[in-house]
Amino acid sequence: MAAAADRPGRRMSVGSPRVSGMSVDHFDEAGTAVQAALDAGARYADARVMVRRTETMSARDGEVEDLSSDESAGIGVRALVGSSWGFYAVPDLSDAAARAAGRRAAEIAAASALVPGPAIDLVPTGAGTASWASQCEIDPLSVPLSVKGDLLVAATAAARDAGADLAEGIYQIWDTRKWFASSDGHRIDQHIRECGAGVTASAYGDGEIQRRSWPSHRGQYGTRGWELVDELALTDNAARMADEARALLTAPLCPSGETTLILGGEQLALQIHESVGHAIELDRILGWEAAFAGTSWLDLDQLGTLRYGSDLMNITIDPTIPGALGSFGYDDEGSPAVKRDAVRNGRWVGVLAGRDSAAMAGLDYAGSVRSDGWARLPMVRMTNVGLEPGPHTLDEIIAATDDGVLMDINRSWSIDDRRLNFQFGCEIGYEVKNGKRGRMLRNPTYTGIGPKFWQSMDMLSSETVAWGTPNCGKGQPGQIGHTGHPAAPARFTGVRVGVRG
Amino acid sequence: MNAELDLAARVVELTRRLAGPGAEAEVLAAHSAEALTRFANSAIHQNVADATTTVRLRLHLAGRTAGGSTTVTDAAGLQSLVERTIAASRLSPPDQAWPGLTPPTPLRSAPAFDEATAAAGPHERAERVRDFVRAAGGLETAGFCRTTYSSGGFANTAGQAVEGRAAEAAMDGIARLEGADGVARRAASRLAELDGAALGTRAAAKARAGGRPIELPPGRYEVVLEPTAVADILDNLASFGFNGKAFAQHQSFAELGAQQFDEAVTITDEPLGATLPFDLEGTPRGTLPLVGDGTTVAVSHDRTSAAEAGATSTGHAGVASRSWGPIAANLRLAPDPTGNSTPETGEGPTAASARALVGRVRRGLLITDFWYTRVLDQKSLVITGLTRNGVWLVEDGEVTAAVGNMRFTQSYPQALGPGAVLGVGAEAISLPDRWSGVRYAAPALHLQSWNLTGNASG
Repeated sequence: MAAAADRPGRRMSVGSPRVSGMSVDHFDEAGTAVQAALDAGARYADARVMVRRTETMSARDGEVEDLSSDESAGIGVRALVGSSWGFYAVPDLSDAAARAAGRRAAEIAAASALVPGPAIDLVPTGAGTASWASQCEIDPLSVPLSVKGDLLVAATAAARDAGADLAEGIYQIWDTRKWFASSDGHRIDQHIRECGAGVTASAYGDGEIQRRSWPSHRGQYGTRGWELVDELALTDNAARMADEARALLTAPLCPSGETTLILGGEQLALQIHESVGHAIELDRILGWEAAFAGTSWLDLDQLGTLRYGSDLMNITIDPTIPGALGSFGYDDEGSPAVKRDAVRNGRWVGVLAGRDSAAMAGLDYAGSVRSDGWARLPMVRMTNVGLEPGPHTLDEIIAATDDGVLMDINRSWSIDDRRLNFQFGCEIGYEVKNGKRGRMLRNPTYTGIGPKFWQSMDMLSSETVAWGTPNCGKGQPGQIGHTGHPAAPARFTGVRVGVRG
Repeated sequence: MNAELDLAARVVELTRRLAGPGAEAEVLAAHSAEALTRFANSAIHQNVADATTTVRLRLHLAGRTAGGSTTVTDAAGLQSLVERTIAASRLSPPDQAWPGLTPPTPLRSAPAFDEATAAAGPHERAERVRDFVRAAGGLETAGFCRTTYSSGGFANTAGQAVEGRAAEAAMDGIARLEGADGVARRAASRLAELDGAALGTRAAAKARAGGRPIELPPGRYEVVLEPTAVADILDNLASFGFNGKAFAQHQSFAELGAQQFDEAVTITDEPLGATLPFDLEGTPRGTLPLVGDGTTVAVSHDRTSAAEAGATSTGHAGVASRSWGPIAANLRLAPDPTGNSTPETGEGPTAASARALVGRVRRGLLITDFWYTRVLDQKSLVITGLTRNGVWLVEDGEVTAAVGNMRFTQSYPQALGPGAVLGVGAEAISLPDRWSGVRYAAPALHLQSWNLTGNASG
């Protein structure tokens, strides 16, 4: 395992200011910060400059409710002094500020040495100059606000007109430009555009509220332009959401008991996120998140041999999927996007890793480290973690089920700190009897234990969608990550459903 | 005038100049310096700090509203912010719910601000981490020590202009022994009040008492909840129950004037000292009674939800309050001053503030902490979540066995409903959240019934 370069006095090669495909680049500041950290005693340092524009609009009952348009720019520096890390970030992109930030990061690292840990190595991840941009047909920030506002107004008005007591719509846009430099010689710029939208119709009953969302609650997201939102056809589906929310109020309760469970793709995406994605985060497995997000039930000694799920379970870690929310060209440590296996034919074979966690675990790959902005420390995050397509279709799965429940579109989620005991609630359920979808069911919930649940997966559809989750919380200080989860409908046997309060 | 008020006033002036005299504008400029020293496997593995000034503008022009923010506070960045917000407002539909600006209103007096906490450096945090780790006597430890300093100024075109500062410190850590975890956490306005060794001792005592846990069947149990678990109840009540927008939209259980809680329950929001003394709309913050002796008396409002409900703003406007709702972030459940206090010995599974209540349990559970709590049904506020960081079986007032973590599915307001509260601890403990500025003060609670619905086996 090659150690990070540790010759004192290394010089970063800093290019002259360059106008790249972007209007201006910030490699100078990133390089200055890295050099300042090295000069202050770091043996490795990296810096991320990010300039981000975000735009969020929410609408209620046919009227725009809130519109916010934000800009954030700054630099975040990591310094490794001995075997202790420090990080410092400021929104000031001057040379002087970059130098001070690099020095501060190294000072903070030095303070960390008061309570030292084991020696830190970094697995090599290549170096050099690179540039990447997410695909984008229609730049979301250049779509006129009136067009975007009219969309949410029309979608929520359509739901309201169809009888919803409350109709809510939202879109979110992120446009991020990043410049990354490291003392290993990385010099990477990326331009990533993300957006998405959704509409939710709620119906009020006697002491309860039912809701139906399209395409899911708070929406579907990807690393794509506004063409993603156009494809969602929010207004076309809004009235049906209102109808279903109202129908749910008088639908029979999901029965309690053990049964065969068919999950829609969107709910399965969240199931994957909570019970696989988080469990295979290497920093959790190593105990680095024990006090907050928790640990993992997975034991590194069993990597390669543990039975995680049935033979149908093939989970990949793949930041190369065009347009999926967790995609990029390089992670925030400069590792290039590479597709890897996490679970193959039900056996656990891979983890989400960073350069230092991989070295500690004796693995030779990183690639899953990101921060949610310039002000935050990069850490292991899911990229796109999802199921490969299965051999069936949803129609075949239903036709093959004599007695079960179909559930879709997530409403609630909860899981323990080892990522084992979970409980989920969906917006809508249906009885499945004798191969046919039957009565609507309300308040469908299910609960289980991760590996036991995944081992009971006996049918899986090929109709895969890369669902995007823009609200994954992790870290202290808190960070909100964007992750993607390819998933398709699937069937599970012997699952406990209908858990109530 | 502090730097942030000066910045806010300049942006207001710039907006007047570019948007014209008819513009209504409100600007909050806030500088936040947050430093967090994090540890795991008994070593400091992450150590971070950032210092950021953010300017937020909301503009109401010709009947239309738009908002924006920036961290780019040079002349070009501020110009861009104002121009972009003006352009956005022109393209927004008419805002029927615009509640107008806060008129000139003086602040309530805030507690003293601790300079030492604001100026604290990485060594002071690292020392407390070292003390925690040492006090745990060889057990594996993890957690963090955090100090935050914020300084802010607010100005609007109606003449409101206020400024303020706040500093806070927090420490939160676990100790682990053979699969059992124990936690201790504390929030304070002064870093000097945080004793890493005391917290490490308490966390380790819990971990040591967590060995050989038994598995109990699902069911409704009498419980004593330690302050750390009660903090989660307060958090969810604030977000979904006392949220003025949820209330106005009939999505909340809250009914003003109704006896919805046991008469032992008195809850107030107490933001002064924990955060800036005014909100995003420049409304002065202050103590807000929410529940008095079991009767719900108020919900939290920003100017928009207040106008909808025919009330006044309670100073809870936030970045997302017009869409998510105005949420109180500093709830305090009043302790029972007539109860018995016991000193913290640093031994045994029970935190000192819960000991007297545990002594009165016939057969039930002592629960330290809740984790990953999520709403199952918003109207009745049924929450599902897990126990964490130590659960014990109590029989005839004595802890008799450690218990494995369990899932629960429980309506929070019903659990504290009339007749349901058997006892309230004598001391309210100040507890941090993962987000700076959010802080709870909670005593231990002895409750008649808590619905445990699952265990490690499923």
